Formats: sequence, structure tokens, C-alpha cells
Amino acid sequence: MNVNEVKKFAIDIRKETIKCIGNLGVGHIGGALSVVDVLAVLYSGEMNIDPKNPAKDDRDMLVCSKGHAGPAVYSTLALKGYFPLEMLDTLNKPGTNLPSHCDMNRTPGIDMTTGSLGQGASSAMGIACANRLKGYDSYTYLIVGDGEIEEGQVWEAAMFAGAKKLDHVICFVDYNKCQIDDYVQNLCNLGNIGKKFESFGWNSIDVEDGNDVEQISAAIAHAKSIQNGQPTAIVLNTVKGKGYSKIEGSLGSHNMPVNADMVAEAMAELDEQLKAL
Amino acid sequence: MSVKVAENHAMGTKELRKEFCETLIAMAEEDNRVVVLDADLMNAAGTKPFRAAFPERTFDCGVQEANMIGVAAGLSSRGFIPFTHTFGPFAARRACDQIFMSCAYAKQNVKVIGSDPGITAALNGGTHMPFEDMGIMSTIPEMTVVEPCDVVSVNKVIRLAKETFGTWYIRLHRKPAPTVYEAETDFVVGKANLLKDGTDVTIIAMGYMVAEALKAAETLAAEGINARVLDMWCMKPLDEEAVLAAAKETGAIVTAENHNIKNGLGSAVASCLALNCPTPVEMVGVQDEFGEVGPVNYLAERFKLTADEIVAKTKKVLARK
Repeated sequence: MNVNEVKKFAIDIRKETIKCIGNLGVGHIGGALSVVDVLAVLYSGEMNIDPKNPAKDDRDMLVCSKGHAGPAVYSTLALKGYFPLEMLDTLNKPGTNLPSHCDMNRTPGIDMTTGSLGQGASSAMGIACANRLKGYDSYTYLIVGDGEIEEGQVWEAAMFAGAKKLDHVICFVDYNKCQIDDYVQNLCNLGNIGKKFESFGWNSIDVEDGNDVEQISAAIAHAKSIQNGQPTAIVLNTVKGKGYSKIEGSLGSHNMPVNADMVAEAMAELDEQLKAL
Repeated sequence: MSVKVAENHAMGTKELRKEFCETLIAMAEEDNRVVVLDADLMNAAGTKPFRAAFPERTFDCGVQEANMIGVAAGLSSRGFIPFTHTFGPFAARRACDQIFMSCAYAKQNVKVIGSDPGITAALNGGTHMPFEDMGIMSTIPEMTVVEPCDVVSVNKVIRLAKETFGTWYIRLHRKPAPTVYEAETDFVVGKANLLKDGTDVTIIAMGYMVAEALKAAETLAAEGINARVLDMWCMKPLDEEAVLAAAKETGAIVTAENHNIKNGLGSAVASCLALNCPTPVEMVGVQDEFGEVGPVNYLAERFKLTADEIVAKTKKVLARK
């Protein structure tokens, strides 16, 4: 992995994410920006995929169960060539193929429809079961939000994956510490997330800076090296709104108005980050 | 399309779940896309022989209906044809959102089996007695919602579900049931089966009430009333053509279902008639009540799910003609 290239890719994803939400004027910006770095790593060679053949049967698959991070996923897919960048301007507009939450029937490169929180965890396990039946060695990647894992279904899926030894599942927890109404620790404290997964028969890896592509990449390599028959949870300590300092770590960034001035301000800041590379 | 009705409607000897499992095994032998999921009720569903035959294609998820439906959606997204089973209330109520989003909205090919329809939940009582499942499932766009009533129809409907892409809800009575069909019968999605033609009134029945409707028609015939009987085994898409033909040709309709009349077959038929051909309707079914514990014959009397009630409602509707 060329670290600078992946960092540059992450900045490009952030720019497109902010621009498309700004183009609409409102959107789930905070939780989209917090997962950009893991998307950048996955789509920079970690995943076995082919943008020219999105339906390649033995590909690795991604279920973004926090479906509201759609704009970040769409920006990643557009930059990888799954569809034209101009399509990002249609985000959430009438008739779009880029709805607020991920839709496998509308968007090339989206592997599962998500939106109602918790459900992607189960469908990812189904995909992993299917790929095992097909005899594929492919990985199923799952991204869940920290607020999302308050849903019981996530733990049903975790228990299932542990019991069925779905060792080609890697679940990222986007631990940005914020949910809509309050900080996670105030609303429904999650305790030790990694230990929770471990008690369900998973390996767990804690990534100190979940917005650092090198740390993320190392964690994935570690997960793949364990090979003890267990799925792996990677807890990414992230920052909501990461990359646009004005909104970083703010509860209000979950779903907020984004005007042209904010887009310009964010672009200038991200350009500075690019120059620093 | 042909419908061959059995001459004798005596109680069958074979459990419907046995036919269900044998059909699944036969389909799985022909097609490696068929997989079976359960939520710790394989014993109840009678599908353990499937697990013995196809252990790798069987996913007993434990007591987690929501996850089971999601796992099925994931399997479907990769081209498999999952048949999931749990009791009807836990499919339609507890896993409703998963059936809605991960299956139907995501345009998947998941076949959701909900067993123990209505009063057949018997000794499990009101908590387990679904009088609302068909209604809940019918409100989800693009769902196919069906209820077979005997051994032949279980076989045909399960096979049809496998051959027809889309998310289905299939109500399944597990125990023996009166014989309604001969094996030569064809089942077509969205087409009611004409069991007995008639000119004075039409009884439109579903599931457990189909055999009661046939009994009622015999009683009515002895009194000089010539009733048509339709098995509306496919509640959605509803066979509006058959409903409207019945309205025009017989002028009066009685619906009969082992389900709440609200948002059930009665509502569906009445809605179709109100929009297209207003016609007097009476509804035999649960009158918006919760279930309770008891043997099936007690519950049938308690909720008036009987041939006698169909006869009474038929006379009532004829008086309104």
C-alpha cells in the first residue's frame, strides 16, 4: 500500500462527499466523513473487486450497515470508476440512483441495501455463508456505527457469526462516540466493544486512530493473519465529521445543513491537507 | 390451468409439515440454490430430515428471528433461494422490518414460512396466535402472501414459491388437514381456485376455512342455495377477476378466514368490491380480537370459524341482495 496515495484518495473522497451533500444543502455529513479512511483503505487494493465488473461473483463485498454513510460510499465508488463523478450531483434528488441510504438495486457497486440500522449485520453474515457455500475465499466487510450497535440485531448477528465460525467476516465499528441525541456514553454506554465481540467468539482489534489509513491497513492485515476460525471486529476510534475541522466531533454534524460557504471552507482545508502530503 | 377437487374432504393422515419437508428435499436435490433457515423450530417445522440430507445448506440460527431473515436476505443476494421458518407471529410481527427492508425493499428472493396460522396455534395460546400476519405482510409492496390448506396445496405452493422470484410469506399449518385437492391441480400466482361453481352466492375462503366453506356449501345446497366456493389461497396479489366475476354472477359474497377480518381476506375482498363493483359482503373471521389458549375445536367455536357460521352469514348476505 502506498500510504500517500491512500491518504490522497481519502482526501478526494472527503471532498466529493462534502461537495455532493453541499450541492443538496443538507445531509448526513458527520458519520459519512468518519468512515472515509476505512473506505479509502478497502478500495485501494485491499478488496478484491473490479469496478468494470461490479457483479464479479467471487469478489469481496462490503455491507455499509450504517446506510446513512451512503454519500461517502458513493463518492468512493465514483472515484473508483463505478459510475461517473457527475452522478454525485444527483444525491437525494428526485429520481436519483444515489438515495440517502445505500440501495443495491440502484447504485453500481453497492452490495446490500441498508438503512434500517442493524440489518446489514445480518445480511453480511448471509453473504459470508453464501460465499462459503460457493467455495470462495472472499471476504465480507461490514461497517456498523457505534450508535447502531445499540440495536439487538447486531448482537444476534455477532452471536451467529461466532457460532458459525464465519472467519472471512471483518466488521468495522465506526466508534466516533456521537449519536443523534447525545454522546454515546451518555445515552447508552457501550462499555468495552472489543470484549463484547470477543465474548461472542470473535477476535477484536482496537485501532487507536481509526482515521489513520496506516493503522487501519495494519489492523486488516492482522485480522487476516489470525486464522483461528473466528470473525474479527476492528474497533475504529474515529472522529465524527473528520476532515472538516469546523464540525469535527460535533453531535450536530449527524445530519446538518451544508451551504456553499461551508463547502468552500472545507475544500480549502482539505487542499491544505493535500499540500502537506 | 386445471383444478381437481377431491371427492372426499375427510381429514388427511399426513402432516402438512411432512409434505413441506419432503418438498424442500426434492427441490434441493434438483437445485443447489435451495437453502433452509430456522430459528430453533426445526423440530416443529419437521425439517430435521432436510438438515440430515443437506447439513451445509441448513442454517439453524437459534432464537433470533430478525437475524435469520437478514441472513436469508444475504444468501438471496448471492443467488440462493432461502426458505425461512418460524411461527407466524414471530415472522410477521418480530421480523417485520427485516422482511420489509432486507427482503422486499431490497428485491430479494426470500420465502418466509410462518407456521401455526390463527387458531391452529391452539395450546400455545394468544401470544403465539397470529390473526394479523397476513395483513401485516400484505401491506408490504411486491410481497406475495399465500396460505395453502392441504397436502397437495402445500406441495404445489412451495414449488411455485421456489420458481417465482420475489419475497413470499407462506402461512403453514403443520398438522393434518382435510383433503381438498387432487394432485393434478395447478396453482398459479394471483389465481383463485374454483372448488365448486354456484349461482346464488360466493364463499371466498382461505386456509383452514376452505374445508369449512365446502361443508357449508353442502349444507346450503340441501336448503336449495347454490353457493360458489373459491379458495383464495393467494391473498396477495388478490384474484380481482375472480372476485368481480363472483360479484357480477352471484351478487353476494361471504369471506371466510382464520385471521382478523380487519386487514385480512375480508378487507381485501371488500376493498376490491368497493372500488369496482359494490356488492353485499359478510365476513367470517376473527372480529378484531386477540387469540387465547385452547384446543382447535374450542377455538373454532369461540371465534366462530365454523361451517355453521358461514351458513349463517350466507343467509344474512342473501337477505341483503
